[in-house]
Amino acid sequence: MIDQSIKTMKEKLASGDITVRQLVDASIERIEEVDGTVGAFLRLDKEGARLEADRLDMQLMDGKMTASAVLAGIPVGIKDNIVTKDITTTCASAILSNFDPIHNATVVNRLHEAGTVTIGKLNMDEFAMGSSNENSSFHVVKNPWNLAKVPGGSSGGSAAAVAAGEVPFTLGSDTGGSIRQPASYCGVTGLKPTYGRVSRFGLVAYASSLDQIGPITRSAEDSAYVMQAIAGHDAADSTSANVDVPDYTEKLYADVSGLKAAVPAEYLGDGIDEGVKSRVKEAIAVLEEQGIAWEEVSLPYSKYALPTYYILASSEASANLARFDGIRYGVRHESDNLIDTYKKSRSEGFGEEVKRRIMLGTFALSTGYYDAYYKKAQKVRTLIKQDFDKIFERFDLIIGPTAPTTAFGLGEELDDPLTMYANDILTIPVNLAGVPAISVPCGFSDSLPVGLQIIGKHFDEATVLQVANAYQQQTDFHTAKPDL
Amino acid sequence: MSRITKEQIEHVAHLARLSFTDEELNEFTDTLGQIIEFAEQLNEVDTDGVEPTSHATEVHNVLREDETKPSPARENSMRNAPDQENGQYKVPSVLE
Amino acid sequence: MNFETIIGLEVHVELKTNSKIFCSCSNAFGAEPNSNTCPVCLGHPGVLPVLNREAVNFAVKAAMALNCEIAEETKFDRKNYFYPDNPKAYQISQFDQPIGENGWIDIHVNGQSKRIGITRLHLEEDAGKLTHMEEDGYSLVDYNRVGTPLVEIVSEPDIESPEEAYAYLEKLKAIMQYTEVSDCKMEEGSLRCDANISLRPKDTEPFGTKTELKNLNSFTHVQKGLAHEEERQAEVLNEGGEILQETRRWDEGLKKTILMRVKEGSDDYRYFPDPDLVKLNIDEAWKESIRKQIPELPDARQKRYIETHGLPAYDAEVITKQKAMSDFFEEVLAEGGPAKQAANWLMGEVNAYLNQHELEMQDVPLTPKALADMINMIEKGTISSKIAKQVFKELIENGGDPETVVKEKGLVQISDDAAIRAMVNDALDQNPQSVEDYQNGKDKAIGFLVGQVMKASRGKANPQMVNELLTEEIKKR
Repeated sequence: MIDQSIKTMKEKLASGDITVRQLVDASIERIEEVDGTVGAFLRLDKEGARLEADRLDMQLMDGKMTASAVLAGIPVGIKDNIVTKDITTTCASAILSNFDPIHNATVVNRLHEAGTVTIGKLNMDEFAMGSSNENSSFHVVKNPWNLAKVPGGSSGGSAAAVAAGEVPFTLGSDTGGSIRQPASYCGVTGLKPTYGRVSRFGLVAYASSLDQIGPITRSAEDSAYVMQAIAGHDAADSTSANVDVPDYTEKLYADVSGLKAAVPAEYLGDGIDEGVKSRVKEAIAVLEEQGIAWEEVSLPYSKYALPTYYILASSEASANLARFDGIRYGVRHESDNLIDTYKKSRSEGFGEEVKRRIMLGTFALSTGYYDAYYKKAQKVRTLIKQDFDKIFERFDLIIGPTAPTTAFGLGEELDDPLTMYANDILTIPVNLAGVPAISVPCGFSDSLPVGLQIIGKHFDEATVLQVANAYQQQTDFHTAKPDL
Repeated sequence: MSRITKEQIEHVAHLARLSFTDEELNEFTDTLGQIIEFAEQLNEVDTDGVEPTSHATEVHNVLREDETKPSPARENSMRNAPDQENGQYKVPSVLE
Repeated sequence: MNFETIIGLEVHVELKTNSKIFCSCSNAFGAEPNSNTCPVCLGHPGVLPVLNREAVNFAVKAAMALNCEIAEETKFDRKNYFYPDNPKAYQISQFDQPIGENGWIDIHVNGQSKRIGITRLHLEEDAGKLTHMEEDGYSLVDYNRVGTPLVEIVSEPDIESPEEAYAYLEKLKAIMQYTEVSDCKMEEGSLRCDANISLRPKDTEPFGTKTELKNLNSFTHVQKGLAHEEERQAEVLNEGGEILQETRRWDEGLKKTILMRVKEGSDDYRYFPDPDLVKLNIDEAWKESIRKQIPELPDARQKRYIETHGLPAYDAEVITKQKAMSDFFEEVLAEGGPAKQAANWLMGEVNAYLNQHELEMQDVPLTPKALADMINMIEKGTISSKIAKQVFKELIENGGDPETVVKEKGLVQISDDAAIRAMVNDALDQNPQSVEDYQNGKDKAIGFLVGQVMKASRGKANPQMVNELLTEEIKKR
C-alpha cells in the first residue's frame, strides 16, 4: 500500500479509497517485518503516529484539510539529527541517548502543517559524521539490496528505510553527500537543496556552513511534493534564504529539451568504478535523447575539495559539538571536579570518528595553525565555488556519478579514515559551492544500485527535479525493489 | 613523517575536553598526522588575493526586532538536566 | 627607581534591550533563576541565533558617543572555551572586525584635561551566573543572563594613574547613561571592569609585565586595587624581583590585592567566523539614523552650564557626572529655579541624602518643580534657609510641594513688623544682663538675643528683620 507514489496516495486518500490509518499501519507493519534486518529505525512512535493518523482521517472526512496540506496523510521517517518535540533525538550518539527535545525543528513543523505523520526516527552515522552508517552508537544499518553491504551515510537509515519500503519518504541531512551518497547506494532518490533553501533550525549542526536538510524519496516527483512542504524562508535561521519557492510539482513535467549540461572530466576519470562510469554514460545518453545537449568540462579545483571539506567541516564541528558537555542535557559521567566531568562525559559519550573530527577541527583552529589550515581551506573553498559559478554561466546543469563506487562491504573501510572519506569526493564540491543536487538511481553494477548526480544552479531545484523526473519517465530503475 | 607530535595531540585533546589512553593517543597521533599530511596538499594551491569564504551565503544583515516572547516553563527547559537543585543546574565544583 | 604606570581597562556594559541578543527571551534583571531561558540561549541541540537589531543600534550608539570609527562591514565570531556559564561552549563575540575602533574620551584629573584612547568596542553575548557552594563541592548555574547583549570597551594604554582610571570609568559610565544604552549598575553587574597594570622605568620604551585585576565591585575598588598594585609592583621591581603575568583580585577587607592564578601562556580561544550568523553591513543611512539619536553628552552639557548658566566649572562637572542628576537640574531650570542655587542644593543636600541612603536620583520622590519652588520661596523670603532644610527633608522623603509642606507644618516665615517687635521686646525684658552688656559695648550680646528671638519663634522669624528690630529696640532702652 505504501509502495505507491505520493501523488497516488494523495488521490486515494482524497477519494476515500484508503485511510491515513491504513497507510500508517501498513508502514508500521512493514517496519516490523523487515527492520529487524535492515536496522533503519532507531525508534518508532507507533502510538503517536496512530493517534495522528486517526485525527487526520477525521479531518479528511470532515473536509477540513487545508490546501496547504500537500502531504496530508503521508507517513514519514525523520533522521535522528532533526529535533522532534517529545520524541527522543539522539543523533545516534551515546551522549544524547536520553535527550528529549522541548521543541520541533522548523522542517518538522512544516511537515506537520503539510499533514504528514511521523512514524519514527532514523539511524545515521553519529552526528552525521560518516559515509557508511557504521558510526552509529546503537546499531548498523544494512543495505536492503545486499545485507552484507553498507547503506552509505550519514543518512543511511533514511535511504535504507525508503529502499526497504518502510516509509514513502524520509528526511535526511547532507553536509558532504550524506543524502546523495546513501541514496545512490540504496537505489533511491535523494535531494540536497541549495544552502539556505530549507531551514536548518532544529537540525543538530555538524558543519553549519554546509549542512542542508533534504528529502529521500522513491522518485523526483515525490521529492517535489516534499520540497513544496519544507522549502522556504525561516526567520529562525539567519542563513535561510528569502527567495521565492516555485511550484515544484507544477514545473515537474515541463519540457527539458534545450537545456545544456556539463559533464566534468574529473567525474568520469581515474578512481571511478568502471560499472559506475558505464551506467552514468548510459544515463547521459538517455538525457541526450530528451534533448539535453552536453559537453565535457573541467572543475580543476574539485580535486582539493576533500581536504578543504575535512578542514572546514571538522573545524565547525569542533565548536558545534562543544555544547555536549553533560551540563544542561545529555549523559553526564560525573567525576569529582568539573574538568574531569567534561572529559569523561565527552570521551565516553562520543564515538571514535566524532572524536577524530573534533580533534582535527580543534587543531586546525588552534593558535599557529589557523592561517595554514582553516583560512587556507576557506580560500580554496572560494576557488571551488568559482569553478561552479563559471560552469553555470554557460550550462544549466552539471551531470556525473554521485559516488565513485557502489555500496562497499560492511566493515571494509572502517579502519581507514582517508579511504572512507574518498567516498564523498563527488558530492563534497557541491556542498562547498552551496548548489542543489539530486541523486537518482540509474541502473545496477554487480546487482548494486548506481546513482546519477544532477547538479543545478543556486536555488534552481526546479530544473534539477524536472530533469530527474524526465529521466525517471524514461527509465524504471527507481521503481526497482530489493528482495527482503 | 608525522606532522603532529603526541604532545600536541595531548594539548589539542585538552582544548577539546577529551581524554585518551596512551594507546589511543598514539593512534590519534598517527591517523591525525596522516589526515593533516593529506590536507597539506592545499599548499599546492595559489590562493594569493583570494577572499576566504566564511559564510555560505551572500545574505547579510539578518536582524530581528527587539520583541520578547514568553520563555518556555522552567520545568520543561530543565527536564533534560542531568542534575539540578532549586531551579538551577547543578555542576561539579569548578575549582580544580 | 622611578616608574611610569601603564593601565588598561576592559569594561563590559550590558545593553538594556527588551529581549536578548540572539533570542526572544526577556532581558530583565532579577527574575527567578532560569526562568528567562529557552532552547536558543540554553544552547540546545539544533538551535540557531538571530541578531537583535536594537542590540546593534545600542552598540553603534555607544561607539559613536565614544568617538569611535564605525565599521562598514562587521561579523560575529565564535570564542571557544568550556565553562558551565557558557552553554554552547563558545561565546558569540567579535574578533577582528569590532563595531567601533579608534575612539577616545576626555577626562579631568587635578584640574588637568587628558584624552584617553579607546582601542575598540565590540558586541557580544553575556554568560550565565555561577554560584559556588564551595564547602559542598558543587556549583549552581542560572542561565537568565546568558544572551544579554554586552559591549566590551577596551582602552588604549594611556591611563597612567589609579586616579585617571577612576575618572575614565566615571566618564565612560556617564556617557553610557546619557546615551541610554545601559543602566550601568555595578551592583547588578550591568557594568563590569577588569584592569591590567604594568610599570616600567621612567622614559623607557618597552612595557613591563602586566598583572590583571578581576572581581572589582566598584570604581573605588578599581582605584584602590590599582594603587595597591602600583605600590606592590614598584616594591618587587625595586628589590630586583620579577613581575609575573598573573590574575589578582582586590580584597576590601585585607586592603590588598590577592593572587588568583598565574597565567601560563596565552589562552587559545580558536576564534572563527560564526557560520550561523551572516555578515553585518552598517551603511551611512543606518549610521546617520543612530547619530541623530545621540543626546547632548556630559562634556557638551558642562560647557553649556558654564557658558549659558554661569555655573563654576567644578559645579558643572559634578552636576553632569550622573545623567539623572543633570536631567533633574535641567528640569529645575525649566521650572524657573535659579541655576547656582539649584546646583548648590543638588551638590550639597541632595547628594548627601542620596549617598547616606545609597539611593539614585530617580529613587526619591523629590520633583524638580518642588526643588525649584522651594528655592524661590527662600529667595522671596517666604522661608528661611534654615526652615528650608526641614522642608527639603520632607520633600525628599515623602514628596509633595513645598507650599503645602510649609503651610501644613506652619513653617511660613514671620515677617510681620509688630509680631517680631513684640518678640524682640519680650527677649529684651527677659535678658536684662544682655541689654546691659550691649550698653557696655559688648556687641556680641546682640547675637545671643537674636538666638533667643529665633528660638521663641521656633525659627520662623525672618532673621534679617529680627536683627534690624533688635538693634532698633535695644537702643531705646
